Amino acid sequence: MEILLAIVVGCLVATGLYMMMRRSMLKLAIGLSLLSHGANLLIFTAGGLTRGQPPLIPQGETLPPAPYADPLPQALILTAIVISFGLLAFTIALIYRACHVTGTDDLDQLTTTET
Amino acid sequence: MDLLVAVLAPLAVAPLMPLVRRFAGRHVGDVAAAIPLAIAVYFARYVGTLGDGQSVAFRRAWVPEIGLSLSLRLDGLSLLFVLLISGIGALVCVYAGGYLAGNRRLGSFFGSLLAFMTAMLGIVLAENLLTLYVFWEFTTLTSFLLISFEHERQAARAAAMQALLTTAAGGLCLLAGVILLGLIGGSFEITELIERGDAVRAHRLYPAAVILILLGAFTKSAQFPFHYWLPNAMAAPTPVSAYLHSATMVKAGVYLLARLSPLLGGTDLWTVTVTGVGAVTMVVGTVLAFTSYDMKGILAYLTINVLGTLTMLIGLGTELAAEAAMIYLLAHALYKGALFLVTGAVDHAAHSRDLRELSGLRHRMPLTALIAALAALSMAGVVPFFGFLAKESYLHAVVEAPRMWPLLTFAAVVASVLVVAGAGLVAVAPFFGTLSEKADRAHEAGFRLWFVPALLAVAGLAAGLLPQTLAAPLVEPAVAAIVGEPVPLELKLWHGVTLPLVLSVIALAAGVALYVSHERVRSVFDGTRVLGGWGPAAWYDKGVTLLDVVAHWQTGFLQSGFLRTYVTVILAMTAGLAGLMITHFGLTFVERETIGVRWHEGIAAGLIVAAAFVAVRSTSRMRAVVALTIVGFGVSWIFVLFGGPDLAMTQIVVETLTTLLFVFAFYRLPKFSILSDRATRFRDAVLASSVGIVMTLLILLATGVDQYEPTSEYYVRSSVTEAHGRNIVNVILVDFRALDTLGEITVLSAAAVGVFVMVRLVAPKGGRS
Repeated sequence: MEILLAIVVGCLVATGLYMMMRRSMLKLAIGLSLLSHGANLLIFTAGGLTRGQPPLIPQGETLPPAPYADPLPQALILTAIVISFGLLAFTIALIYRACHVTGTDDLDQLTTTET
Repeated sequence: MDLLVAVLAPLAVAPLMPLVRRFAGRHVGDVAAAIPLAIAVYFARYVGTLGDGQSVAFRRAWVPEIGLSLSLRLDGLSLLFVLLISGIGALVCVYAGGYLAGNRRLGSFFGSLLAFMTAMLGIVLAENLLTLYVFWEFTTLTSFLLISFEHERQAARAAAMQALLTTAAGGLCLLAGVILLGLIGGSFEITELIERGDAVRAHRLYPAAVILILLGAFTKSAQFPFHYWLPNAMAAPTPVSAYLHSATMVKAGVYLLARLSPLLGGTDLWTVTVTGVGAVTMVVGTVLAFTSYDMKGILAYLTINVLGTLTMLIGLGTELAAEAAMIYLLAHALYKGALFLVTGAVDHAAHSRDLRELSGLRHRMPLTALIAALAALSMAGVVPFFGFLAKESYLHAVVEAPRMWPLLTFAAVVASVLVVAGAGLVAVAPFFGTLSEKADRAHEAGFRLWFVPALLAVAGLAAGLLPQTLAAPLVEPAVAAIVGEPVPLELKLWHGVTLPLVLSVIALAAGVALYVSHERVRSVFDGTRVLGGWGPAAWYDKGVTLLDVVAHWQTGFLQSGFLRTYVTVILAMTAGLAGLMITHFGLTFVERETIGVRWHEGIAAGLIVAAAFVAVRSTSRMRAVVALTIVGFGVSWIFVLFGGPDLAMTQIVVETLTTLLFVFAFYRLPKFSILSDRATRFRDAVLASSVGIVMTLLILLATGVDQYEPTSEYYVRSSVTEAHGRNIVNVILVDFRALDTLGEITVLSAAAVGVFVMVRLVAPKGGRS
């Protein structure tokens, strides 16, 4: 499963980066989203996979029943998901505004700061 | 400790100079001179105590990890240089106070000059080679400031840049050489290295270290083919030229050679290179002197000649040569300093230094003419001036050179003839003959402008008359430091009729004859100007142009302003470097328990990949957004399957919001269109795929790495006991790493404000909001 997920991450990174190299700003946003999915899965896979048990501690115990998933990568990913959402929302708003003002979504047309 | 205080004192006072100028007014130069004068007086007490090779040392660890210690050592060689630096430094300060009187930036001028003094004292007192290098580069920087003092003039800026680039390039070579030397010898302390001299010279990296260090010394001391920067550096105010480009800084290279000759010298490589380059420089300097009409230019070329001679002598490595080098060094500092300062006085009075415009100045500036004559007689090597002793001793050293003596003697005599004629050019031509128009308007220079050169010129005469009393106590310990053992020195004017004396007389006679017909000689030497087109200066210009072109191209290429260029470069580097590391270390996957693939997990993975490719290939905006959403939900499915329900829930919520955002935005934006051509898309695809592959490989490698104890154990153990929470992921976020989460919330709020501003605040027509 690790190998399969590693390949999935590779595909997400590759597609994300490919989209980021397009001239269209819309594709840039899509690429950004794909890349962040890739990054999240990367941390998840590299942290080690455990099937089933979430890291929750039942009432009356002080340790979760083994085997449980590693909580630390999950905490990192949770932060990453939220931050990348913030980034994406900002990017989309920026693109929306830029297209509105300049009338194009071609990055190559944006060569000046004047409109 | 005293040594350190002495070295740092000028630098410590330097920042105060603008303030001193405000209070001292016209006397700022005299005040500044007090510091070098105090240093000179302080060190004068060591005269006569270091003759047997003793030394005074100071040492303090600085950065012990790299063998850098702040260690200083005063021996005979250092003492001679320290006294030159501080003594002439004091005189130059006084002179500059008169020469630049009324200049607005006089304060900062003296600041730079004093900072330079610290750098120079540091070089000649450094015992650690790295310390020496630090001060070495500091002289380069301060001399840049001093050459470009009149930075309103383009020529001054260009000259400063040229000197900086040339000597700093040499300085980097020196650093590399010093590091090599340290690796070979296991220490950066000069005395320790000298003790291990035989091992160092036998090492296979010795030639590389020698060549690098020589490059540093040759650029600093303006040896051929790096001599071109020195005449241009004459764009500096004359006191600076006299001090840096004649008496002190350019001699740093010579000092370094003398200092290291017990360590590196004696081998064929050293002797042939140093002697050869020195001899060529010696001749080239004098020949080029006849292509210039600028008095300072001529002096600069003649200084190149002297630097060449000194280098040659040190290369020879004999006791006689070391003696001659030190005597000549002292003599040159006295007469050339005086001549430079005289030139400054002429420039100041007649507003010209051009020989074609100046003649008969003695009618207007008799005192200055007299001083020039005294200095020039010493330079020409006339009895009883100190220059005579210097010339005789170096001819003696050359005649008795262990090898190549006929060739070296010939070169030395030719150079001497030209030096005599050159002395005529700067000290006779402008002062004698009919009064020219420019000269007619001149007047005798102020007190400081004749008194200081007069001191130097008279010192040259006095040292010649009483060499054993005045010069020997300085020269003898310096020679002892170079040779490594006490050398009894007997300086006197008359040695009987010897070969050096005969040669000296011949040179004098031929030089006078040459000067008389110098107009004709000039026309011959002017022919050499044509060679300038292929000379080292032209190479420097080409080099700088090339650098500009490359920099322009590289900046244009790397900083194109197009996002995808940056992404491309970053990706190519990432894939390239990481790929290199992977192929270098090989793919060694650690055998470890992997969990198998169940069918629904396979479907989830397949779905993500397929949806990602649909998002890329799609020509419709909506289809791309839907595919993206599928990717997101696929990822949350994976989270669910492998123990991350919190992740999955967050991902689903975020994914839904993202989809809404995309739909909202894309609905009002232009349709997808294919903007780039096939080849570009293919190239991007290849690049993106290779990064993807590298990522995959890295994960596979990373899962096998198990170097440190996982930190998550701690969080799991302390979750209930310390933080009283049962959802460990949440506990980490809001308790253990609460500050991170706070930061995250801040970022989100900032993004939210940004989004709101961009979507809701619409600028009115006309472009202003």
